[in-house]
Amino acid sequence: MKLMASIARELVGLFVDDGKLAVQLLSLIAAVALMVRQAVIAPGVAAGLLVLGCILILAYSLARAARR
Amino acid sequence: MHNLTAITSTVTAAFLGSFVEVVEAFTIVLAVALTRSWRPALIGSGLALALLVVLVLVFGPLFALIPLQLMQFVIGTLLILFGMRWLRKAILRSAGFIALHDETAEFAKETDLLKRQAADKRADYLAGLAAFKAVLLEGVEVVFIVIAVGTAHQMTVFAGLGALAAVLLVLLIGVFVHKPLSQVPENALKFAVGLMLTAFGLFWIGEGLGFEWPGADLAVLGLLALFGLVSAMAVRILRTRKAQGGAAL
Repeated sequence: MKLMASIARELVGLFVDDGKLAVQLLSLIAAVALMVRQAVIAPGVAAGLLVLGCILILAYSLARAARR
Repeated sequence: MHNLTAITSTVTAAFLGSFVEVVEAFTIVLAVALTRSWRPALIGSGLALALLVVLVLVFGPLFALIPLQLMQFVIGTLLILFGMRWLRKAILRSAGFIALHDETAEFAKETDLLKRQAADKRADYLAGLAAFKAVLLEGVEVVFIVIAVGTAHQMTVFAGLGALAAVLLVLLIGVFVHKPLSQVPENALKFAVGLMLTAFGLFWIGEGLGFEWPGADLAVLGLLALFGLVSAMAVRILRTRKAQGGAAL
């Protein structure tokens, strides 16, 4: 059971290290996908927003980590 | 879609990502082998590899049932989470904000633990379990990397070959060196893989949303260059701030 729990922990840890970073990335992707689905923005604009959003989220996460 | 750019980037990402994971598993297996014996090390590793093969055989065919665009979106999302996590850590390590991963220290820690368990009646079992766990956990990461970089463009075979090459190379080096592979520039590799996985992730989410990237597969290289530039700038800024004593960021 302990082994299974540590494997499960490790699997989650594959994708989530800094919880805030993961939540921000998922929110960005979900928001952009929703806007494309509702035809609010074109797929090209969505791709641009994703790239820009990821850069900003990375920069914010690094700044936060460096401040600690 | 099987052009040279796509094949090369898929094989390289799978090779580098797997190489880092295999080195980490190798450290633990070697610690078990040298502290106890090769028997529990090989039995534990063998069982873990067998379980990984079963998992791939059971879950692998399920991927064929998922529509390609949905698959690209889901895998792209996982790749961004995985890639950005590695990239963030690699940047912080390069800038000196967190310590570099040290295989020698990991080896010493595992060896010390195994020595303390030597008097235990279950010492061989515990040693085998340590090898099993290390190979299974790192192996799951290798399987994810192969599936993630290979599936969305139906190049799992190429990604698998990249991973297999990494396993063989680590084993080959391990046979000759016979000690933890502490000289491997792990942070540089994680930096490169983080960049590649992030670029792949963005590319596939874009495709999953119906966007046709300019230059098709070559766009991955553009994304790689852009994030490489941003990361290099981030390392530079963070190093400067650290040298200034962590002044307000």
